[in-house]
Order: sequence, then C-alpha cells, then structure tokens
Amino acid sequence: MKQILLSHGGGGEETQKLIKKLFFKYFSNPILEKMEDAAIINPNSKLAFTTDSFTVSPIFFKGGDIGKLAIAGTVNDLSMMGAKPKYLSCSFIIEEGLPFEDLEKIVSSMAEEMKKTGVQIITGDTKVVPKGSADKIFINTTGIGEVVYEGISSHNIEEGDFILVSGTVGDHGACIMAQREEIELEGNLSSDCASLWSLVEDLINAGITIKAMRDPTRGGLSAVLNEWAEQSSIGIEIEEEKIPVKDEVQGLCELLGLEAYSLANEGKLVLAVPEKEAEKALEVMRKNELGRNSEIIGKATSDYKGKVILKSPYGSKRIMEIPAGELLPRIC
Amino acid sequence: MSKVNYLKDFRDSKKIQALAKLIRDEVDRPIKIMEVCGGHTHTIMKYGLKQLLPEEIDFIHGPGCPVCIMPKERIDHAIALAQDEKNIIATLGDMIRVPGSKSSLQKERAKGKNVKIVYAPFDILKIAKENPDKNVIYFAIGFETTTPMTAALIERVIKENIKNVYFHINHVLVPPPVKAIMDSGEAKIDSFIAPSHVSVITGAKIYKEIAELYKTPVVVAGFEPVDIMESILWIIRQFKENRREVEIQYKRAVNWEGNIKAQEMINKYMEPRKTFRWRGIGDIPYSALKLKDEYGELDAEKVFKDILPNKPINDHKLCICGDILKGIAKPYDCKVFGTTCTPQNPLGSCMVSSEGACAAYYKYGKLQYLNKL
Repeated sequence: MKQILLSHGGGGEETQKLIKKLFFKYFSNPILEKMEDAAIINPNSKLAFTTDSFTVSPIFFKGGDIGKLAIAGTVNDLSMMGAKPKYLSCSFIIEEGLPFEDLEKIVSSMAEEMKKTGVQIITGDTKVVPKGSADKIFINTTGIGEVVYEGISSHNIEEGDFILVSGTVGDHGACIMAQREEIELEGNLSSDCASLWSLVEDLINAGITIKAMRDPTRGGLSAVLNEWAEQSSIGIEIEEEKIPVKDEVQGLCELLGLEAYSLANEGKLVLAVPEKEAEKALEVMRKNELGRNSEIIGKATSDYKGKVILKSPYGSKRIMEIPAGELLPRIC
Repeated sequence: MSKVNYLKDFRDSKKIQALAKLIRDEVDRPIKIMEVCGGHTHTIMKYGLKQLLPEEIDFIHGPGCPVCIMPKERIDHAIALAQDEKNIIATLGDMIRVPGSKSSLQKERAKGKNVKIVYAPFDILKIAKENPDKNVIYFAIGFETTTPMTAALIERVIKENIKNVYFHINHVLVPPPVKAIMDSGEAKIDSFIAPSHVSVITGAKIYKEIAELYKTPVVVAGFEPVDIMESILWIIRQFKENRREVEIQYKRAVNWEGNIKAQEMINKYMEPRKTFRWRGIGDIPYSALKLKDEYGELDAEKVFKDILPNKPINDHKLCICGDILKGIAKPYDCKVFGTTCTPQNPLGSCMVSSEGACAAYYKYGKLQYLNKL
C-alpha cells in the first residue's frame, strides 16, 4: 500500500511529485499552477478574510470527511459575512504513514466541494511529520471572499426581529459523537457538512435584509443565540418545539443527556431578519435544498436583555444556556 | 419534526397542561414532596414544571444522586490508588470531577495518572486485556440501578479468571437515607416521588416500610414530565382519599417484586456494609454495599488497604450540600451558589453531577432566580 513518507514533505523531488500528480490533478487553476511563493490576486471589491484549521477525528465520517469540511467550513465563514468565496489557501499537516489512497480521497472530496461555489485553492503548503506527531491529517484553509452584501453583524439585532434556522440542528456533532463512541443507532445519523453560499446568495438576490447571520458550528445554536443576545443587548425568545431536530439526533441526545441545540452544525445557518421579511425569507430558504427544513424559531425582545429564553409549548420558560464544560474535542 | 414515540407521548404539551389543570383543581392542602432522585430534580427544572404547579406543591430535593453523596474520603481512596502507576482507576462520567480533600480524579488525570472514564462496566474487561501488567480498579458507584452491572462484571472476572481487575464498591441503597432523613425530623416531608429505574431492579416493594412507618404516599415515577405530573396528581388523591401507600406510576417497566434475577446476582457477590458515611447526612447503617468476604481478593479496599486514608473529611465550610441533600435547604439558599461554586468550578458535590440539585438549578433555574431578584 502506498503511504505518505517523510520525504513527501521534504521539499524535494517527492514533494514536487505529490504537488503535481495529486494536488494539481484536483485543484488545478492558472494562479496555483504558477507555483510562485505567493499568489497574486486582483480584487475589485471589499474583501472578507478568514482562516480555520480542521482536526476532526475520525477523518472520514457519514456525510463527509475532513477535506469536505475544510472547504465548507471556510466557505461558510466567508458566506456568513455576505462575501462570495473566491480564493482559498490550503495547508496540509500529514502524519507519516497516511495511506496515499486516503489523501487522494480527501483531496478529491475537497475538489468536489469547491465546485459548488466556484472557490479556488490558489496557494498551499504540505508538511509531513513523524508518526505520532499528528493524528493522520490536519488541514488549514484560509479564505478570501468578495463582499456582495454589507452590514451583517451580531450587534445589529433589534426588538421584534425574527430568528430563523435553515434546518435540523446538531446533525454534525451527533454524527461525530456517535461514530467516535461507536454508538450504533437505527436510522441515518449523518453530518450536515455543506457549503452554504448558494443559500446566502438566494437570500441576497431576493432582497432580504440580513441583520445577523452565523453558521452555528461548535457550541451549536445556543452559542450563536447567546452571543447575539449579549452583543445586541436584546433578549431572544425561542419556541422550543419550533427548533427542527432529527429523530436520530434527539435519540442520541436522550442517551447521552445532551441538547441538540448545543451540538455542532456544519451546514446550517441562523439568521435574524426584520419581522415583516421573515415569511419571505423562510420561503426563499425552503426553496433551496440546503434550507428545505428551515423554520422561524423565535424573535428578539426587550425583556431579559442578554439572555436567550426557551419557551415550552405548555407555557413554562427557562434560560437557554451557553454550552460550558468539557465539550467534545476535535469535532471539526 | 416527528419525535420518537415515547418522547411524544410523555412530553406531550396537551397532557402536561391537562394534568396541571387537574392538579390545580384538586389540590386542597400544602404538600411537600421529596423527589428522591436527582434525575427527577433534573426533569422538574428542565421542563419548568414548578411554573405550572400551584403554590401548595413544594419540592424537596432528595439524596438520590450517587455522585453528590460520595464523601470526600472515598474520593481520596481513588486518588490514593491512582498515585501508583501500576494502577488504572476506571469510573463513570461525572465521578472524575468531584473534588476530594485536595484533588479530583480529573486533576490527577491531567497530571498523567491513569484515570479512565467508562460508559459501561463491561468496558473494564477491554482495559484489563489491553493492560495485562496493570491493576485495573473499578471505582463502582450508583444506586440499585447500576449495581447489577457491577455484579455481572464481578461474575465475568471470576469465570474468566481475570487476575488484574479489582473492585472499589460504592454502591448505595435508596431506602436507608430516606429513613435517616425522616427520622432526623429536620425536613418536613409528607410524600415521595421515587425513582422508577431503581424499582425496575428492586421492585416497588422497597418503599412499603416507608409508606407505612411515616404515613407518606410514595409514587414510583418515570422520568418524563407527564410521568411526574401524573405522580403529583396521584399523591394529591392519596391525601384526599386518606390513603398512604406505594403506587406504581411507571407501569411501563416496574412491578412490585422487581427483577429477581438481578437481585439474586447482587446478593451473590455483595452484602450491606455495617455503615457508610453519606456526604452531608453522615453515617447511615446498612446503607451501602460491599463485596462479600469470600471475594476479598477482588476487593480493592482489602487488597490496597495499607495505602487508603480513612479519616472522615468535612465539606467546604461555605458549602451547604449537606443541608440540600437532607432536604432542609435549597440551592438558592447557598451563599456561594453560582458565584464561587459553578459547574465549571464546583465547591460541593451537588454542583458537580448533572443530577445534582445545584447543577439542575444552575442550568435550568436561572430564569426563576432572575425573576425573584
């Protein structure tokens, strides 16, 4: 079996071969192929700039892999700021001995995911570290996007604004946890890992006023809503029964004593819009496959400033806490 | 979104509201209910049930959280055992966070000591096989619910002649602390909601003496909100009809006699200790189990006797976990609740376990706390 050797990261012949035979095969574009020390780009609008490192374990999971996640994660961070993802850098830190086949699977899945938004990898780096110094593979991607919609901020939410979520929450976190703990559940527990740009683009094209928008990754829905409540100095009231949760995810939460709204997502967005645009936004989102299960889950209020309140359908209320303590490490 | 059926049925908002109305209509006297188990405290707080109930109904949170009642000296045992690098200490989840007199198993693990969390006792077998040159010591905790699993593990270890597994047994029993609390007379309790999972093993019969002796209704209840609401209604009706008896609300899995096979397996390997010190409550005779003498070679308390400290250690002087476990104080009565003592940095055991009353109040009850301020 062909494996990644230390020499593949040595900067010599083997590195060149790896770059040309594998990375160019999947990532090819004119800027990357120049193979200069830095890529030159020529933007014609405001830029958004972000970076993220991916260390998920296991590297292959239901619904995705570390490669797909490394693209979608950074693409989503750009998208949440109203920026169309344009360029990525990509750095691999690979543990010696990783099967070449696995690396190719990861790289091809990255290429596949990039097609969905047209984003390109235009610069990169590869390091190979001795066995035991890393766990299989870590990937860093840095992204640049062109801002097409300005003014999105978690400080913007006002009393009366409606809160929407683009589908079932907790899928990614539950999937990784179940796979890592080898908990076999009936049904299809699978990560929601996806690039969200097309959904954001639909909202922008429909003329929706996007006041705040986030992809609820680590810490899940509750972390995002709590940050919004604090930063916008408002209260947020959420109807608990409106939060979409898959049966499989709820089942796992029951087993382990977790809340789906505190689990990570990798293909969902949370949105705050003015009340009068909420129904239209919902309609736009549901038309896109990525937002098929969207729901209006609550609204901003002047009560309980800085807090998120969960309302039960039978009339009791409680605070939706920010997740704390020992959460699951290495989920993305 | 559709939900799993049992969730739908036992969290159904119409049923919850209907039961709340019946309770409001029928209640005709103040009732102090002790929900013995931390799992019930958790449900009451999480679903905000108190907000739906009339003022007459008051909950007193009981001692039924195996992590919360663990005295510091027992945790110091585990920490002492962990100091020898030949030993691996294995225990269940929350236990590793409970502070002993100076440290916790979690802190020892961070220092490089061998401390492992297991999800099920049988995971111990795998650890023992993978570490043939180490002593794997299972720090076994829990009420009657989890004891059969430990007994089953003991049986496997004996049958398969596994030589590197030892047991530090901290299994405790539900009725003795309930009696101790009632006998002390400090807490005014006139009825009980008893945990269904314990009775799946023991049967509902274990509460017969309590119902008769203290003339208190006891309802063995499930852990979903509808279960608890229904049990409260049943307690109200017992008072109205002048009955004081044990009733089984959780008919889905509980009967009077319980799981005889599991009871036999426990009795084969374990027997009551003369006494066990409960955190906050003190020494209670025959309230916990130990390995029978004939299995002494598996008993970590005997095999490692020389290195185990045995001095009783008191709780932090600001911590009122003891009074909370005895039912004479509530978490908000504590000066350090939510300030010096939080789930991330617990002073007392009630804040450590997710089943602890303080942790449940901290996690779910803040809104009521805010409203009170």
